[in-house]
Amino acid sequence: MLRYVYRRLASLLVTLFVASLVVFVVIEVVPGDPASYMLGMNAQPDTVAALRSELGLDQSKPARYFHWVTGMLQGDFGQSYTYRTPVADMVSDRLWISLPLALFALLLSIVIAFPAGIWAASRRGGLADTTVMGFTQLGIAIPNFWFAMLLVLFFAIKMRWFSAGGFAGWDEGFFAALKSLTLPAVALALPQAAILTRVMRSSLLDVLGEDFMRTARAKGLSQRQALLRHALRNALIPVLTIIGLQFSFLIAGAIIIENVFFLPGLGRLIFQSIAQRDLIVVESVVMLLVFAVVMVTFLVDLAYAWVDPRLRHRA
Amino acid sequence: MKQQYWVPALMLMAGMAGSAFAAKTDITIGMQLEPPNLDPTGGAAGAIDEVVYANIFEGLTRFGSDGSVKPALAASWTIENEGARYVFALQSGVTFHDGAVFSAEDVKFSIDRAMAEESTNAQKALFANIDSVEVIDASTVAVNLKQADGSLLFNLAWGDAIVLDSATAENAATLPVGTGPFAFDKWVQGDRIEIVKNDAYWGTPAKLDKATFKFISEPTAAYAAILAGDLDAFPNYPAPENLAQLDADPRYSVVLGSTEGETILSTNNAVAPFDDVRVRKALAHAINRGEIIDGAMFGYGTPIGTHFAPHNPAYVDLTAQSNYDPEMAKALLKEAGHEDGLTVSLKLPPPAYARRGGEIIAAQLRDVGITAEIENLEWAQWLEQVFRGKDFNLTIVSHTEPMDISVYANPEYYFQYDNADIQELMEAFGAETDQEKRTAMLQQAQQIISDDYVNGYLFQLAKTGVANSKIQGLWENSPTQANDLTAVYWED
Repeated sequence: MLRYVYRRLASLLVTLFVASLVVFVVIEVVPGDPASYMLGMNAQPDTVAALRSELGLDQSKPARYFHWVTGMLQGDFGQSYTYRTPVADMVSDRLWISLPLALFALLLSIVIAFPAGIWAASRRGGLADTTVMGFTQLGIAIPNFWFAMLLVLFFAIKMRWFSAGGFAGWDEGFFAALKSLTLPAVALALPQAAILTRVMRSSLLDVLGEDFMRTARAKGLSQRQALLRHALRNALIPVLTIIGLQFSFLIAGAIIIENVFFLPGLGRLIFQSIAQRDLIVVESVVMLLVFAVVMVTFLVDLAYAWVDPRLRHRA
Repeated sequence: MKQQYWVPALMLMAGMAGSAFAAKTDITIGMQLEPPNLDPTGGAAGAIDEVVYANIFEGLTRFGSDGSVKPALAASWTIENEGARYVFALQSGVTFHDGAVFSAEDVKFSIDRAMAEESTNAQKALFANIDSVEVIDASTVAVNLKQADGSLLFNLAWGDAIVLDSATAENAATLPVGTGPFAFDKWVQGDRIEIVKNDAYWGTPAKLDKATFKFISEPTAAYAAILAGDLDAFPNYPAPENLAQLDADPRYSVVLGSTEGETILSTNNAVAPFDDVRVRKALAHAINRGEIIDGAMFGYGTPIGTHFAPHNPAYVDLTAQSNYDPEMAKALLKEAGHEDGLTVSLKLPPPAYARRGGEIIAAQLRDVGITAEIENLEWAQWLEQVFRGKDFNLTIVSHTEPMDISVYANPEYYFQYDNADIQELMEAFGAETDQEKRTAMLQQAQQIISDDYVNGYLFQLAKTGVANSKIQGLWENSPTQANDLTAVYWED
């Protein structure tokens, strides 16, 4: 087990190093100078030069890369060019929106998908199965931003139960903050729930056909007991993979939903920073996302080993 | 535990019911862009001034809603030495939001800081003619100029010329401390900025107790936020396509005004084919302004024939000189030797006026035999390629600085117009302090650039605002990018 963990950890570190190089190079070659963006059309050349040196942009690229990476290793992500505040603070502010939003959406999608998937699998071919499958088709087909607009139209404009968007802030109270995340979370969760339901169902059906399931039934377990006690755990591997992918997607990929609900999350931060050429923010946030995705994959790998003892021993 | 939540909730509801009878004293204002920081002396972003100008920060002079220059921290002034020395008498009893006393030293500090070599002031040129700032006593300050300058009072009214306290200037980006009727309260980055009434304000106090600026970049989201009642006003509403609908709704009124934004088809005067005045003239006659305003701006905008704001008293209507006449355009192109057609680049920055307007202009140019190859750029790319690199034939951009016709006297400016006449004229204008003569000079300048067809002059960008019908006192026009909330109040 330990060797398995070490090997996963080593590949994690290599991925991070390569990613840092790629991110830096790709972002630095994009044309556009942050200082002249900030100072606009009437700025004099000497003013732009003064700002460039203030921001440290007049140093060579390798020097800046080295500075950036060593800074990150010490937990210092540098200072945003445009906001003039530490990147770490900005990211943590945004993370306190993106992370709860992703968790909220993931939780919703699991709460919907697990029972629905199990129900559909246990009644294969029946009315329940067809109904659930019909809804999942719909859930996958509906674009989440469009669904989000419908939610706004009904719950915010017509019923006035929710704001059309924005984020109250955690210091306004837990429920106020959660309320601002509810509609976005629902919009994000629905398509994910549809995908997860289908994976859950098909994975369960695969397992149900295995020999050990027949044995379990022969032991005298009811269909239901056999399903919950033996099939579910074995069916979880593909489901965990999808959950891991979905979580990474939900942290980084909520950008469209963040725009619809004007939530100041990580996705919008990247989007804004690219437009403003706030390179240091883009680089650091992308690295953070890479780190998050790699970590999630790592945790999912560990979870595989937990549900599947064979993996532990093979390594 | 449950009770703890209930008690304040009930109190809040009771409070809301009570306040339903009195006029509201807070306001939530929508803005499309979030300011990157809150120091107007350290960046060009218009969104900074939209939050802080006249609300948090003040300068010696300020712009009124009609664009006129009014006294602010300077109560009065005398002009000495034939226009080369201004002596300002400062308002008394002014304090900064942190309690520090405002004095002539702060004025000197702020102007010196903006002029300094390492200054990162985006409008440093405003201070170029200032020789020195002299503190006479705590409430009198003199500004000595290198040469007589009639624009000083105007220049000092810009957001870039506000007065800061030396003790807090360094942190103005995130913690602005000014002398204005509102004080900074809180910034939830990415979402909103809150300001509160300054009870110690030296002048007429604000009528509102609190104002919140909320940032919504997506036009559809802005529309939803207004309909859901999350916003009370959106002074620069980004989606002109919804205005008719909002106007029909009795809860809202649409406020139409003018901005300082001359939207022009900028033309590279130094590069073929537009180094030939005949080709530029052909370009001007190939453009149908009405179609562009209707198609790109849903009818909001005033046609212009020169680089000057139509609401300014010195404006001359020269649109007839470049009227829509495609036959004339074709004839001119033929005369210039381009009867077989022309292919030029048209580089478009992100705003809707440019992207939508660009498509329409490209179609109009096609009719006279000019093929415009559209290239969409981000702002940062546009600044690098077009504005600094001058690598373009045509581009569309709105010049939002007030009274910026003087850029035509700079041959290095991105459209590279080099004409000794206007250069001399603008130099003389700078030194002239007589208002009537200044007006005549401005009119002459408008005529020169129109005669030379320097750029394609399209329209003055409209200010399309939406506000709750009960809100009074918002600026209709936008003489500078600002949301001055000093006089805003709710009707009962």
